[in-house]
Amino acid sequence: MRKYYDEITRIAGNVITVTATGVGYDELAVISSKRGTSLAQVIRLEGDQVSLQVFAGTQGVSTEDRVQFLNSPMQVPFTDDLLGRVFDGACRPRDDRAILEENKVSIGSPTVNPVRRRMPDHMVHTGIPMIDIFNSLVESQKLPIFSVAGEPYNELLARVGLQANADIIILGGMGLRHDDYLKFRDAFEKGGVLGRTIMFIHTAADPVVECLLVPDLCLAVGEQYALQNKRVLVLLTDMTAFSDALKEISIIMEQIPSNRGYPGDLYTQLARRYEKAVDFDGAGSMTILACVTMPGDDVTHPVPDNTGYITEGQFYLRNGRIEPFGSLSRLKQQVNGKTRDDHRAIMDACIQLYALCRESREKRDMGFEMSPWDHKLLKYGSLFEKKIMELSVNIPLFEALDRCWNILAECFDPAETGIRRAVIDAHWPKK
Amino acid sequence: MNGRIVAVYGNIVIAEANGQVFQNSIGYCLRQDGAKLLSEVIRVRGRLADLQVFEETRGLKVGDTVEFQEEMLSVVLGPGLLGQIYDGLQNPLPQLAAQIGFFLEPGKYIHGLSAETRWPFTSARPAGQTVTAGDTLGSVPEGIFTHQIKVPFRMNQEYRIEKIAEPGEYTVEHPIAQLKDQNGVEYTITMQQKWPVKIPLNLARRRLMPQDPLVTRIRIIDSMFPVVRGGTYCIPGPFGAGKTVLQQITSRHAEVDIVILAACGERAGEVVETLREFPELIDPRTGKSLMERTIIICNTSAMPVAAREASVYTAATLGEYYRQMGLNVLLLADSTSRWAQAMREVSGRLEEIPGEEAFPAYLESRIAAFYERAGALELTDGSTGSLTIGGTVSPAGGNFEEPVTQATLKVVGAFHGLSRARSDARRYPSIDPLDSWSKYTGIIDPDKSIRARRILRRGNEVRQMMTVVGEEGTSVDDYLVALKADFFDNCYLQQNAFDAVDAATPAQRQQFVFDKVLTVLELPLEVQEKDQARQLMVKISDLFRNWNYAAQDTEEYQKILEQIDSFIAAKGK
Ligand SMILES: Nc1ncnc2c1ncn2[C@@H]1O[C@H](COP(=O)(O)OP(=O)(O)OP(=O)(O)O)[C@@H](O)[C@H]1O
Ligand SMILES: [Mg+2]
Repeated sequence: MRKYYDEITRIAGNVITVTATGVGYDELAVISSKRGTSLAQVIRLEGDQVSLQVFAGTQGVSTEDRVQFLNSPMQVPFTDDLLGRVFDGACRPRDDRAILEENKVSIGSPTVNPVRRRMPDHMVHTGIPMIDIFNSLVESQKLPIFSVAGEPYNELLARVGLQANADIIILGGMGLRHDDYLKFRDAFEKGGVLGRTIMFIHTAADPVVECLLVPDLCLAVGEQYALQNKRVLVLLTDMTAFSDALKEISIIMEQIPSNRGYPGDLYTQLARRYEKAVDFDGAGSMTILACVTMPGDDVTHPVPDNTGYITEGQFYLRNGRIEPFGSLSRLKQQVNGKTRDDHRAIMDACIQLYALCRESREKRDMGFEMSPWDHKLLKYGSLFEKKIMELSVNIPLFEALDRCWNILAECFDPAETGIRRAVIDAHWPKK
Repeated sequence: MNGRIVAVYGNIVIAEANGQVFQNSIGYCLRQDGAKLLSEVIRVRGRLADLQVFEETRGLKVGDTVEFQEEMLSVVLGPGLLGQIYDGLQNPLPQLAAQIGFFLEPGKYIHGLSAETRWPFTSARPAGQTVTAGDTLGSVPEGIFTHQIKVPFRMNQEYRIEKIAEPGEYTVEHPIAQLKDQNGVEYTITMQQKWPVKIPLNLARRRLMPQDPLVTRIRIIDSMFPVVRGGTYCIPGPFGAGKTVLQQITSRHAEVDIVILAACGERAGEVVETLREFPELIDPRTGKSLMERTIIICNTSAMPVAAREASVYTAATLGEYYRQMGLNVLLLADSTSRWAQAMREVSGRLEEIPGEEAFPAYLESRIAAFYERAGALELTDGSTGSLTIGGTVSPAGGNFEEPVTQATLKVVGAFHGLSRARSDARRYPSIDPLDSWSKYTGIIDPDKSIRARRILRRGNEVRQMMTVVGEEGTSVDDYLVALKADFFDNCYLQQNAFDAVDAATPAQRQQFVFDKVLTVLELPLEVQEKDQARQLMVKISDLFRNWNYAAQDTEEYQKILEQIDSFIAAKGK
């Protein structure tokens, strides 16, 4: 028989403090109040005063309510019955189907030993030239989409998710709008992958703190599948909502904020999640694609900024296009040397020329005279945007490379492209 | 001596001690399932000791036992460090993997040196001689180096050698000498010794002014913003600007004996790249694998944060140890901001009064003390050794006006500032040639590099002017300067890290090419029109770019050199 504690000494924000003994740090508890029950997690021990963050929030919690400790950290069932299921941020079914109790594993497992990781080298083909040519996505990569409200980031996430050809897809929604959740479901259903999808969905209507567990739940399940040799793709949207929930708790705990109210350990908290992306040496892999909305479209905001320092690149989604500047896949060089011998040369040259084109456009917009060189660049820029950058373009890598050569040949003399001679000789389109 | 836990908060444990507690000593928190979690005392108030735990604190309870030790957090020094992959506390990661598998496990520690390996020892002194800390007792070959076995550095009295081992193969635990101090106390010496990581190790006759260029084979560094052996430098830059790649290239090509890579709070994947690639890469200077001159200290961002703080000290101590043998060591730390953030996290939990951006008030002095551990030394046996430290900085929002960058700039000898604009335009290495600086003299005559820099600066001014007055408002001469500045940037300062030849330019080739580049920069080209100027510069740029890709002294190299020379002779006509 587990013991109850009912001496709650403090309720503030989403944190309560209860008098209790024999409690382990990070342990989980259940709080029963008139409003129902909620999970809570130990975040501080001080003598016999135990502070817990209450996932459903503390509205309606009274000093007389009962707290029961579970002697373990948060756990998630791991069984194939998870496939096709939908849960909420506290791992309760959202789909009116059975509660799963088997084979529970703790979330927040220890770090993978770096020597048991292998070098990722499988390219994920997406059919989007801005990704495949310029910033190839690689299995086991952790990569966010930086965007702002109104951009089709969830659509992009779903599209990549479908084309990525993973064994298991796990979707973690944080602060997700209900219709966005339905859109994901539809996309997965139409794509025929619902049977290998698991969803942990926290919607904007749910208590804020409940979204804190979503990434951990997704990653704990994903890691188990990866250990069983599966290629797992985890989609997380929106990590800004997760960070904001962290901020809320830290403020209640009276931590000194480091930057715009966010706690000093934001980097560590985010890194512990993103670093779960892995290609096991001797087992499967887990790829993480996340969405990060940038408050005020400001990439120096602490959430995108810390994310950028953690992830292996980022895609900027702006005006419905993946921006060539700033977007980066840091793992691309692991794969783009083995695709076709001109891949890297095209990648560098097209971007450098597009950068020059933007300069020419600025000059033009300021009313300056355009030199013959400027005209070449302007022509190149609009062709490149139309035939390569548009998100609607959906072609395989080699076709996209050929298309780039044709655009270059249409606009420039070979030496003007800055591409080395050997590559030009082999690939420059013959008239 | 034991104590018991009275509070747990994040990675901080407060314990009530029932005896003497030493600041910075280590302790073990005994979790009820039997795991012993390594910790360090970081504050003492009355009978309360605050410890930072080097592991996750999950499962610790109020009332759990803490075992306090007297020793400070230390590493073991001896033969067998080279080629190792350690975590921040010097646990060998491959051995941990062999024992526990895919994951790391809190409370599992393995001694930093193998107790089985036998090293062929040769003594350097006969019995009867008098010795003191740091004197060489003998040596063993370690890869390409002669690893000197020294009188332990903390033994700072005079001792008589009572006994010294015969030549033969011994493990690091086997006694190799017997020393006696003036009071007749005897000490048994083995090939390994411990040293506390937070205490600098620098036994020397004197500190030397660092001045030997440390050739990295990266042109923009060696020719424009040089680093010297024993010096310090920093690489601040926004995310994705190329800090880690720059350090990776440096770690391959730098002309030093030993490289220590401290991956501090960064991505595990980057370490994996190094540890998979280095054993395969042959160091052309030694003919051996690069791994034989490398030590990796790896505390990635998902590993416990207190161990992250310790990892840079672990790395520095290992570097200092090899410096004591008269070797040139390069320590590359990526990223010092993560180390500073680890300090901030701990300081916050201790509720210390915060400074700017919530960093602790002692941030500056800690950063200064860390870089102070670099230096060139004239050792007690007259030889010289050096430890060079290069650290990356990851400023929040990419803004250099933040505490860690600013504190670092105050103490380092060179600043390689990476710019977002350059990395976005794929101009690598993205070191900003206008903002960066170095207080050291490198392989290029400073007068020449100043001349080149002047053109770069003027070119930039012209470009800025052009955004206001347009190309048509710019004179042909000014326009040409801007083109020349671009040429210098594109064909000399930028370097393709992924091309076998261009990735590394030896000092002598740099000097030769730099002279040619400077000649072109100062060449009086007679041009009437801008488009003609542009075409001329496109032509010479194309030559130099292809020259960079040509291996030295090949036919291709010679052919392009002749074309360049005739371009120069004809003044472009
Ligand atoms: N010298 C280079 N040549 C070619 N590409 C480069 C070079 N330097 C950087 N890059 C590209 O930029 C990417 C990011 O570089 P890097 O990982 O070094 O950035 P960083 O400054 O360390 O970022 P962070 O602070 O997030 O760790 C690389 O993956 C690579 O694609
Ligand atoms: Mg980096």
